[in-house]
Amino acid sequence: MPEIRNFTLNFGPAHPAAHGVLRLVLEMDGEVIVRADPHIGLLHRGTEKLAESKPYNQSIGYMDRLDYVSMMCNEHGYVLAIERLMGIQAPLRAQYIRTLFDEITRILNHLLWIGAHGLDVGAMTMFIYAFREREDLMDAYEAVSGARLHATYYRPGGVYRDLPNEMPKYKESRLRSAAEVKRLNANREGSLLDFLEDFTNRFPKMVDEYETLLTENRIWKQRLVGIGVVTPERALQMGFTGAMLRGSGIEWDIRKKQPYAAYDKVEFDIPVGTNGDSYDRYLVRMNEMRQSNRIMRQCIDWLKKNPGPVMLEDSKFTPPKRVDMKQDMEALINHFKLMTEGYVLPAGEVYAAVEHPKGEFGCYLMSDGANKPYRLKIRAPGFAHLSGMNEMAKGHMLADVVALIGTQDIVFGEVDR
Amino acid sequence: MTATLESLYTYLSEKLHDKATSTLTPQGELTVEVQVRNWLDVCNFMRHDEMTKFTLLIDLCGVDYLTYGHSEWSENASSTGFSRAVERSDPDPFAFEPEPATLEMTGKRFAVVIHLLSVEHNQRIRLRTFAEDNDFPVVPSVFGIWNSVNWYEREAFDLFGIMFPGHPDLRRILTDYGFVGHPFRKDFPLIGQVEMRYDPLQKRVIYEPVSIEPRVLVPRVIRNDKDNASTSQQGAQ
Repeated sequence: MPEIRNFTLNFGPAHPAAHGVLRLVLEMDGEVIVRADPHIGLLHRGTEKLAESKPYNQSIGYMDRLDYVSMMCNEHGYVLAIERLMGIQAPLRAQYIRTLFDEITRILNHLLWIGAHGLDVGAMTMFIYAFREREDLMDAYEAVSGARLHATYYRPGGVYRDLPNEMPKYKESRLRSAAEVKRLNANREGSLLDFLEDFTNRFPKMVDEYETLLTENRIWKQRLVGIGVVTPERALQMGFTGAMLRGSGIEWDIRKKQPYAAYDKVEFDIPVGTNGDSYDRYLVRMNEMRQSNRIMRQCIDWLKKNPGPVMLEDSKFTPPKRVDMKQDMEALINHFKLMTEGYVLPAGEVYAAVEHPKGEFGCYLMSDGANKPYRLKIRAPGFAHLSGMNEMAKGHMLADVVALIGTQDIVFGEVDR
Repeated sequence: MTATLESLYTYLSEKLHDKATSTLTPQGELTVEVQVRNWLDVCNFMRHDEMTKFTLLIDLCGVDYLTYGHSEWSENASSTGFSRAVERSDPDPFAFEPEPATLEMTGKRFAVVIHLLSVEHNQRIRLRTFAEDNDFPVVPSVFGIWNSVNWYEREAFDLFGIMFPGHPDLRRILTDYGFVGHPFRKDFPLIGQVEMRYDPLQKRVIYEPVSIEPRVLVPRVIRNDKDNASTSQQGAQ
């Protein structure tokens, strides 16, 4: 009898279903996976080391580039670590704005996830549907920070500026007639909050649409039910957090258990799965989008009623107003020192975690009393999830690996850092 | 949460008084310093004891204490006017060759820090241990206690060169295949050692020493402000 040996299959690093640059070395027995060995680091940029060489505020922009589909949540983790070490708290309005934008980010992330996950498994339409709604939320990002992706909007002590009173609008051109522009701008006439309120009214119907396409879809269920089952014990043992942990039936959400920002002031539920398979994780994330919509709505209502400062006024770490700088020499000096040297954090260490769309995102910040962090360790949820890939993929077919990458919601910016 | 954290603190001080020292930080976090020979014992205790039950290992990271508390610009220059050129007193992170004279470190250099989470008790804790040998740092692997530590230990090995005996598969993880050195050590230059380009003459990719000119845009400054001084005693090793 001839000797039958397992063979090795290289998946990626430039495979469309690898969600970036994942090189997966698969040891196969026929079409069944015996061992999956992810090779990561192709996108390693040394974010932590770079942060050690810069004043604190200059690293906020790097946080956007970690998990580049949930930008503001990354910033939140970093900014929260600085604030805790400094012993300050952002004003209430800023906390509500952060909560609002964290949830916008969560929806942004989940929309991209469902689009890409659907595309991987064969549901082409989802991608196009999801990007239609992402567009509106990106416009909200743009309105508030000027950038559609890398916002750098959260700052230690609050947020960069208050919510704008008008939305960017479409303009008439050779490609867009006046009538069409009028239709596109219909919900952009008011402030950003009006625009987002309109969005929260529309969005639940959109989620219904997605669910009509997928939840009872025969092919979708065949591809997901019973794939990558993780028991609650193993999920803990493998360090899973976020939807990966909740899909396995453990009710754990930092927003509820260790609330930050304004999460203790809004109402929402934590969806929890029962079987711990990919389909449950899909249901959990779909429900999370509905809950995010609910939180957004409550934040909008509060923000409409309660104007106020969005940044602490402490000249030790927040820059002075432009107007003051034109007249006051001290303000100018203060601005110069803050923008060049930056502020100093007291010596010590702190770990701040936020409920990122993908799981627990944490920043371990260590200061020796200087104007730069001594050590910054970023705890990315995807890193732990991907390390569980071997165990999840074992015994499944090659095609299921694609479904598993999708269900883990991997983004390489945060895995490789 | 602070009340329960304090009770946990007294519980740990009682139970582990001979193995570890616990401290409550002003930020409301609990740090436990463990001697490396007790590392596995204490970790096992944290994982299995009914009062702690830290079932989820959130994070493990290496720390290099080589330049802790060093600044690049001292403030006392102001009496004679500002000097724009910064006199170096610590190893230059941008220099190509480490300066052996300044690299000597009296204390222990490498630490491993883990963050644990107890889903049952809703509590977090930080454990730290220092490796005994600065030239060949070794900390026993906790893979048998938390499987999630697998990649984190690989990362700490890759970036800091800390060895973890007992780890099933200690390979490099983030750096390139065939990478030399441990990039997150404080004496590793920020711009790296080598750069890579395609050489049309040799028709292959070649590595050469980096050609970028190193410079520090913003020097490290340690200021002892009023509210800074109260907290600055703790933390330094």
